[in-house]
Amino acid sequence: MKRRTFLGGAMAVAVVGHGSNALAQQPPIKIGMSMPQTGGLAGGGKASLLGIEIWRDDINAKGGLLGRKVELVVYDDKSSASETPAIYAKLVDVDKVDLLFAPYATVPTAPIMPFVKQRGLLLMGNFSFQVNSKVGHDMWFNNAPWGPADSWAASFLDLAQKAGGKNMALLTADQEFAQNLAVTARDVAKQRNIPVVFDQVYPPSTVEFASIIRALNAAKPDIVYVASYPPDSAGILRAVNEIGVSDNVKIFGGGMVGLQFAAVMSNLGSLLNGVVNYNTWLPEKSMYFDGTKDFFDKYTKRAIEAKVDPLGYYLAPFGYAMGQMIEAAVNSTKSLDQKGIAKYLRENEHKTIVGPIAFSADGERKETATLQAQFRGVKDKDIDQFRSSGKQVILFPDKLKTGELISPFEAARK
Amino acid sequence: MDLLLGAVLLGVLLGCFYAAVSVGLSVSFGLLDVPHVAHPAFLVLASYGVYQLNESYDIDPLLAGLAITPLFFLFGLIAYRVYYETFERRGSDAAVRGIAFFFGIAFIIEVLIILQFGVDQRSVSATYIGKSWRFGEFRIPIRQLVAFAVALTLTALLAIYLSKTFMGRAIRAVAQDEEALRLMGANPVRIKQFAFGIATAVLGIAGALLIIVAPVEPTLDRAYIGRTFCVVVMAGLGSISGTLIAAVILGVAESIVLTMFGASWAPAISFAMLLAVLAVRPQGLLGR
Repeated sequence: MKRRTFLGGAMAVAVVGHGSNALAQQPPIKIGMSMPQTGGLAGGGKASLLGIEIWRDDINAKGGLLGRKVELVVYDDKSSASETPAIYAKLVDVDKVDLLFAPYATVPTAPIMPFVKQRGLLLMGNFSFQVNSKVGHDMWFNNAPWGPADSWAASFLDLAQKAGGKNMALLTADQEFAQNLAVTARDVAKQRNIPVVFDQVYPPSTVEFASIIRALNAAKPDIVYVASYPPDSAGILRAVNEIGVSDNVKIFGGGMVGLQFAAVMSNLGSLLNGVVNYNTWLPEKSMYFDGTKDFFDKYTKRAIEAKVDPLGYYLAPFGYAMGQMIEAAVNSTKSLDQKGIAKYLRENEHKTIVGPIAFSADGERKETATLQAQFRGVKDKDIDQFRSSGKQVILFPDKLKTGELISPFEAARK
Repeated sequence: MDLLLGAVLLGVLLGCFYAAVSVGLSVSFGLLDVPHVAHPAFLVLASYGVYQLNESYDIDPLLAGLAITPLFFLFGLIAYRVYYETFERRGSDAAVRGIAFFFGIAFIIEVLIILQFGVDQRSVSATYIGKSWRFGEFRIPIRQLVAFAVALTLTALLAIYLSKTFMGRAIRAVAQDEEALRLMGANPVRIKQFAFGIATAVLGIAGALLIIVAPVEPTLDRAYIGRTFCVVVMAGLGSISGTLIAAVILGVAESIVLTMFGASWAPAISFAMLLAVLAVRPQGLLGR
């Protein structure tokens, strides 16, 4: 080998080596978040985080974002609103993360909204409800399918009115999410001249719901709208099964969190039959998009090891979708400039594994994709039954509908 | 009127359940003066033990509760011995440091449950869960009747044990005057350790009732700290029959408020009652 050739080759190897080394040594893109890992919201928080982790692993396998690996910086907020402000301050000021994802749920998210607005930070919302309605932050984007604030209650009351419901009972947990939902339910009922004959707010520590269900029955409602959190939803349905509700009740449910989680669904089994409740993703043909099946194949394998919700329908694919939207925005803008990413998210429709997502000016979904589905033919102690279609018949929205409401509620339970 | 009657009846059932989950604390805190803030965490741990037996071997929750009782007795013996050697033996501020010790134990139990079972709710199956007995228009959940009957039996047995047996009297004696008992040649530490074992053993059954009445999750103990201490203090420290009375009063008050006045007032009313009892009768309803 001539000396010049050898030197040239050696220099080329050195340059390439140096270049690839520099690429590998680029710091990772850090995405910070708190996530409930303990406390009442932990079941959802863990499933949501697993969805985000699957996206992180997929994007890193593809070479990362902007040629940099993606790293998640995650703290447990213990399902508590009092924990999150300090965690997000630490993520921004100490951990120096590049982007922020919100924790799962309304309660831990609400207190960080003023902070992110004041600092002008982009926040990808994660299944909270109406936390931006008063703050008005223009860099907030919620991954949840809720859509306009009143659409959730409106879709339920549409079904109720078509079934002949004329007055409503409202039973809600005393916390941020349920109360936000109750406000919209009262507003929609008022617009439609549906009198609210029973309106009870129960404290989250309530152990036994039999007394409340007896009081609710005494008001003789046609429509029963419940906004509850996971620990309470099971208690309410048990009490309903034992105490019963009158034949007047045309429809029961609406906003019960927990009835989307495998453990709760399996525990309640046949007690779920007849309940019409919101949902986000269900294993029906119309709900598969590019990547949905691949995602659930990966999720199902990892969920067992991670001891999280084995179905993972409610939150996990939406966690993945958060990552997909950030991926599209960063790749399109070719930067981590938060204002640029926010502009891209606001102005475009995004393809995700849970379908196309477009945002309104308030950062919520332009069009509601919240499902209202009725439990049918559910047996006791069988998680796998929920993997097949038909156990939760989609009644709303029309384009995803798979059946008609069975009413009254007592008839639907048989 | 029917509504009020129903509320009272459901309240009595709920109250007896509260008595069952509090009666162990009445011994450990009421009689032994141990600041046992981990009592509800022990209770939840017992529920998970019951869940495991029910899930794996399809054993009835109450039988499962009985089966884990000896284990919990042993657990109580060890927990007290550690507490005694580390805190009680060493000085006058044992109670304050003991609170930190038991908070630590409660936290460890929570974490262990999460590691073993995850964070999802768990519940048990039995023929009497999810059904009710109908009396005319009125329906009573059978699981509450079961909790009522078992709670009454448990409380009665414990009261008889403490008043009629030699060891029971020794436990009462150590609560009244530890020094006098020592002068008579007895070993108060051993008696207290045994009593703490009994207080923990009854949690086997109480834990079964807890998971029969409602699903459990690892941090459920936090919801019961206030209620159990409220019942024990309102009862009068160490009074087993007082625990039953106080728990029934609390249950009826909660049920009436939930039914007639609005659910959000229920916790406030129960604690207002505690304050009222303490203001009028500082020693509690049937105090020492």
